[in-house]
Amino acid sequence: MGCVESMNYEIVLRDATFKESRDYIKKTYAEFRDVQPGFKIFDTHVIGLPPIAIGLDGDFVIFPFTKPCHGTFLLRVEDKEEAARLRALKK
Amino acid sequence: MDESVTGETTTQPATALLVLGCPQVPVQTSIALYLINRLKKAGIVPIVAGNKAANTLLVVADPDRHYLGEVMDLDRAVVQITEKKRDFDRCFVFIHNDAGVTYAGTMSAISKAKVYTIIYGEHYEDLQKQIDFPCTTIAAKAVHNPLPLKKALDEVAPWAA
Repeated sequence: MGCVESMNYEIVLRDATFKESRDYIKKTYAEFRDVQPGFKIFDTHVIGLPPIAIGLDGDFVIFPFTKPCHGTFLLRVEDKEEAARLRALKK
Repeated sequence: MDESVTGETTTQPATALLVLGCPQVPVQTSIALYLINRLKKAGIVPIVAGNKAANTLLVVADPDRHYLGEVMDLDRAVVQITEKKRDFDRCFVFIHNDAGVTYAGTMSAISKAKVYTIIYGEHYEDLQKQIDFPCTTIAAKAVHNPLPLKKALDEVAPWAA
């Protein structure tokens, strides 16, 4: 997920388990979509325990980003086109 | 079974992907080399996928590649499996933290491989409880001493399955 690291992102949550991150998205964002592991978001394949919740907040996309040594972060990235693409997915 | 240009059928050797976790727990590198050796002896081709640190620990420990074969970046392995460019017969995921469980769940979802979770470290029992996807679990409280985990691995003998 190299390209995520070069994005202008905000860390919403850190030091949480993947399941806690999923619960946070579902509780915090009225709009979210469930996707499967490997789903492509920002040209990278998302890692996670299915179903993976992706939050939507206006033009912002909130998604989990997992690294072996650092655990799971929830990242918030502004991208109008990606938010629209995700919004078009079936709930 | 594949057919060669001469019309003979050829059998591809079985493959096993070893998904390494963060190498901060010492037993990972030792057990990975042990497992690679057992797999090779059983005629199974091992492929290692990890981050740079985890892969480098193995590559430096085996400079003449007596044990190691292909070593690849973990993110690249995920891309290749997800895009159906490559898959494996067995997949061993090393787990000592929540990220390891997350990677194992991912492999269980994207790959057709038979998944084995190798769980170790101080919190191995808590991590075991988080496994809710189909896999065979091999677990022991092992941090510095690899022998409890080796024993658990030998009992399952996944190279013989």
